[in-house]
Amino acid sequence: MSTFSIYSLAAILLVGLGVYGLFTRQHLLRKVMALNVIAGGIFLLLISTAYRNQDLFPDPVPQAMVLTGIVVAISATGFALALVRSIHRRMAESETDPSQDSWDQP
Amino acid sequence: MNQVIWVVLLPFVGSVVCLLAHRKAVFALGMAASLGTLIVSVGLVAHVWEHASARVELGGWATPLGIALHLDGLSALFLLLTAVVGVLVGIQAGSYFAQSPELRAMGSRFWPLWLLLWGGLNGVYLCSDVFNAYVLLEISTLAAVGLTILSGSTASLVAGLRYLLAAMFGSFMYLLGVALIYAGTGQLDFLLLSRGVTPQVHTLTAFGLMVFGLLIKSALLPFHFWLPPAHSSAPAPVSAVLSALVVKASFFLLLKIWFVVFESISGGTPGGMPSQLLGILGSLAVFWGSFQAVRQSRLKLLIAYSTVGQLGYLFLIFPILASPDFQGHEALAWGGTIFHLFSHGLAKASLFLAAGCLLQAMGTDDLHAMRDIAGRLPVITFSLGVAGVSLMGLPPSAGFVAKWMLLRAVLASGQWWWAPVIVLGGLLTAAYVFKILAHTFVPSEGEALRLNSVPLVMTLVPLALAILCVLMGFRADEVIALLPAVPHFGTGKNGWEMP
Repeated sequence: MSTFSIYSLAAILLVGLGVYGLFTRQHLLRKVMALNVIAGGIFLLLISTAYRNQDLFPDPVPQAMVLTGIVVAISATGFALALVRSIHRRMAESETDPSQDSWDQP
Repeated sequence: MNQVIWVVLLPFVGSVVCLLAHRKAVFALGMAASLGTLIVSVGLVAHVWEHASARVELGGWATPLGIALHLDGLSALFLLLTAVVGVLVGIQAGSYFAQSPELRAMGSRFWPLWLLLWGGLNGVYLCSDVFNAYVLLEISTLAAVGLTILSGSTASLVAGLRYLLAAMFGSFMYLLGVALIYAGTGQLDFLLLSRGVTPQVHTLTAFGLMVFGLLIKSALLPFHFWLPPAHSSAPAPVSAVLSALVVKASFFLLLKIWFVVFESISGGTPGGMPSQLLGILGSLAVFWGSFQAVRQSRLKLLIAYSTVGQLGYLFLIFPILASPDFQGHEALAWGGTIFHLFSHGLAKASLFLAAGCLLQAMGTDDLHAMRDIAGRLPVITFSLGVAGVSLMGLPPSAGFVAKWMLLRAVLASGQWWWAPVIVLGGLLTAAYVFKILAHTFVPSEGEALRLNSVPLVMTLVPLALAILCVLMGFRADEVIALLPAVPHFGTGKNGWEMP
């Protein structure tokens, strides 16, 4: 089994775990974490691609893509966390259970 | 051809300037950036009219390393729609956010986010590789969520988070597709990919993942759950932009992925399952969205569900163009779809802005409170009616031209079963438009509702949008003529070669 297939299988496993977590976990914080696990899997796949395509030296394009992707994922995560925090605060004020998902409310 | 870059750069620069500027200067600076972008966009449409497509490599770097911008008829039309709606919404926002100190603070946050969104959208229309498309789509998503939660109410925060999580998941699925396709072909550019793609397992998986991600972001039926709360809980100018423009940027990218990058896969199986599936989901969206719209009792939610329904029509283009005996009718299908996209964009922006005026005047957007509004706010009611006529698809509006072309395209492709969708969808649309109008004509019982005054500009902008929508119906020939100005658009073979 080549190094590339080990890395890419691990990447697919991570994405699968993330998708499972996103749909089964109710807590908003865990949903945000699940999305980050998916992102981690995608970045691992891209980095392992850089190793596979070139024999002598790694391909720089996927590395640049991962760097950009991390910046995008960090900004989105930061934004999502700030939103989760303000929603929790509102829920705490109105004395509903903040640990529960608020999906079905208007 | 270097002015292409300004259509992306100008909104971004404007966004940063608005963020740093003094609160009193924000509107003037924002409007200046908007008007500048409108002028550049119109210039680009004129360029496409005369010279067909153009391609600019930024900084002189060639494609695998650098970033290229690709301008063609389709992107020019999207730029134009965004600029027209953008400037009119900006004018509306100027008076909407000037009414109280609280709204003024909101307005100084509106402009940086809106210009960031505008720059991101223009970037999506012009980008020429799958990865930059992802980055620009993410920029527009983050800005759009920021605009959704502008009012800071609990409902808008919850709707914004739901929107953000759904959009992030969609983007990651798209990015996973990008990673797979790069692993397989070593290419990212649309045109280079379209030559290198062969139907193998990883390419098919990448195609599926990218389409899946974009379907979530363009809110096609089972993935529409995030749209109605987000679009209805935002301030009126924001709702107008979200419904008229933002969902369509993902649809634009879907068109490029489907008909350019994976042309050999999606076009290789005539009348194949995937395109039929998109057509079925689109038809279900038309029925479900319109049916939900009829059931709503709040005006903004009704209009938001109407967006879910109207977006469904756009997806009929996939089965129509997949038909094998459809050679020579491409212009009809493309014309109908793009015309629908335009007319819906203008009409929906008009409806949301008019709803914003009503909300301001009445203090509520409950349909049952709208008693005797037709007599007391005639201009706003007239805008609602005119925009509604276009949504229903009655002549001479642009909506009629769009549905007529789609209907002819459906019959020409030999897939008659989509025709009832178009006709019945129009009937359901009529049902919810008349539901709105009927409530405005009910005479008030006892004491009439006290109405707050609405600035004149705010009532005129929705009217201008609605009238533009109808005028487009009279000028159908010119708009259709712009589409074939792109040689063989969508046929893949000739229309997308490097200039």
